Amino acid sequence: MAILVDAETRLVVQGLTGSEGRFHGLRNRAYGTQVVAGVTPGKGGQDVDGIPVFDTVGSAVSSTGANTSMIFVPAPFAADAVYEAVDAGIDTIVCITEGVPAHEMLRIHAYLHARGVIMVGPNCPGVLSPGKANVGIIPAEIFREGSVGLVSRSGTLTYQIGHELTQLGLGSSTIVGIGGDPVVGSSFVDVLALFEADAQTEQVVMVGEIGGDEEEKAAAFIGAAMSKPVVAYIAGFTAPPGKTMGHAGAIISGSAGTAQAKKDALEARGIRVGTTPTETAQLVAELTRV
Amino acid sequence: MDLYEFQGKELFRRYGIPVSEGRLATSPAEARDAAQELGGPVVVKAQVLTGGRGKAGGIKLAETPSDAEAHAAEILGMDIRGHTVRKVWIERASDIAREYYLSITFDRGAKKPLLMFTTHGGVDIEEVAALSPDALVRLHVDPLEGYHPWQGRRLVYDAGIADPGEQKQIAAIVERLYEAFVGCEAMLCEVNPLIVTTEGEVRALDSKLTVDDNALYRHPELAEMRDVAAADPLETLAREKSVTYVKLDGEVGVLGNGAGLTMSTVDVVTFVGGNPANFCDLGGGGDAQGVVDALDVITRDPQVRSIFFNIFGGITRCDEVARGILQALGQMAIELPIVVRLDGTNAEEGRRLLEEAAAANLHAEATMLDGARRAVELAAAA
Repeated sequence: MAILVDAETRLVVQGLTGSEGRFHGLRNRAYGTQVVAGVTPGKGGQDVDGIPVFDTVGSAVSSTGANTSMIFVPAPFAADAVYEAVDAGIDTIVCITEGVPAHEMLRIHAYLHARGVIMVGPNCPGVLSPGKANVGIIPAEIFREGSVGLVSRSGTLTYQIGHELTQLGLGSSTIVGIGGDPVVGSSFVDVLALFEADAQTEQVVMVGEIGGDEEEKAAAFIGAAMSKPVVAYIAGFTAPPGKTMGHAGAIISGSAGTAQAKKDALEARGIRVGTTPTETAQLVAELTRV
Repeated sequence: MDLYEFQGKELFRRYGIPVSEGRLATSPAEARDAAQELGGPVVVKAQVLTGGRGKAGGIKLAETPSDAEAHAAEILGMDIRGHTVRKVWIERASDIAREYYLSITFDRGAKKPLLMFTTHGGVDIEEVAALSPDALVRLHVDPLEGYHPWQGRRLVYDAGIADPGEQKQIAAIVERLYEAFVGCEAMLCEVNPLIVTTEGEVRALDSKLTVDDNALYRHPELAEMRDVAAADPLETLAREKSVTYVKLDGEVGVLGNGAGLTMSTVDVVTFVGGNPANFCDLGGGGDAQGVVDALDVITRDPQVRSIFFNIFGGITRCDEVARGILQALGQMAIELPIVVRLDGTNAEEGRRLLEEAAAANLHAEATMLDGARRAVELAAAA
């Protein structure tokens, strides 16, 4: 099973001919992902190491049956790339691009929501279903196949926790990096709902950070609608208010969005919150032993 | 990026939102000239990117140009919540009959712009929201549909504005403020207070604007408004070198790759009893030069007693980070103890490089937790 990406994924890479698009597109293919097409306007008819390149997403989809898109185009063109993918009938979009304007994301979110298209990102490391498919930049060698679902606003912090899980002998169903921007395509709640419905996933780790209220909403959702156990970790306890901590979305505004408030909301629903990445992995290991 | 009051008012003026006439001054003499030009009583207002100016004595009424000069002399150089006042805004004084509050915020939770209006203006809005939530009228705008005039009317009627002249003026201001919010790609447009003068004229007496850093590439006129002189000099240096750096107050310099891991590292240093000196994120790619640049920024902070490198290689290669550390040690005379924890892509190669270099101040640790403990111990011993 797993969620979002698997052996059925047929991937088109928007921006395949760029240096990063090429590097990661080929890396994803080497992992076993079916990378069926690339799109770069003006480069239709070329190929990248045997992967055919098209001028439009529409022609890529009609020629190759692509159902998922990974977006690697620069920020000023990313929104346009999303709309093009939706129009071409793509049902899952993974947008790696960093620096998409927040207002652009408000419109994209409303547009996708109305059409039932799933988007992960932007400013995210992508989605990895170990043993099945890797769409994005997550280093697959850190993770093993297993039953822990991982969802996170951060890339490297997820690798850290994944590494600790692996050392404890635990594998993952799917790792989803939802991205560090104020508005992202898929929220914690969206991904938690997918994990709840996924047969392979038995427990979930949610890695949040300061800013916004998505962790609080997730706490309410877990309390009301999830049967599977969830362990959480929150980064940014010592972050000063009003400062953007690397991710555009990681900012405490006034008194809202603090790590403590998120931890309190989760613990109020009986969800355990690890103090360090190490302790978080240990909490998951305790759950699996019971 | 936060804008100063005078910058926000300049934008308000461009969008047709009424503001009082004013001039910017950077010296008492300029303040005097500004007051002379404006004529009549003026208000001298400290320009700082923080709240609480009034309480700190940063806003003063001046009846004459020489009063304005004297007030400017007091206010310029004043420290308001850690911000030094370098500019004052001299504005024609207003006869205020009533003070309201109007804002548009970027509501991340609802994923829509949020209009807020209340007749309880001039005070902290979080207090109004907590003490008299019914007085605060809130209305979301659909980002695809945009603003419709009924929304401005709804705000004024629901807030209980009875005067037809006020109703009309406020509704028009709401519409223009929404245009400014979208036009500037703002995260916040706040008018507190929105005043009604004794003549019944509605005007923005203050402005608070925050614009989206990610959108500045298509708003060069806003990007130019960044006040480099007011920013922390280390943060400015870091920005020039494309290093993400936030100054904190402690002794342990923290360097990680990726925002989440770096935030977590700062937390863990605190958790084991230390005080982080900074948040410094090498970013996703982190090459050797990036490491040199980051170390250059961190070591300029005289409070730093030890440095903790916490790297989890994904796209970032640990051997590249190790080369950067060694290159920095070759170029700069760094005597501070440096604790390095490398894991992930090419970690073994990275560890080997550091071991071979055998620098006396380099300390390798195997885990994030042990690395943090060691860095804290070394900072305490220094």
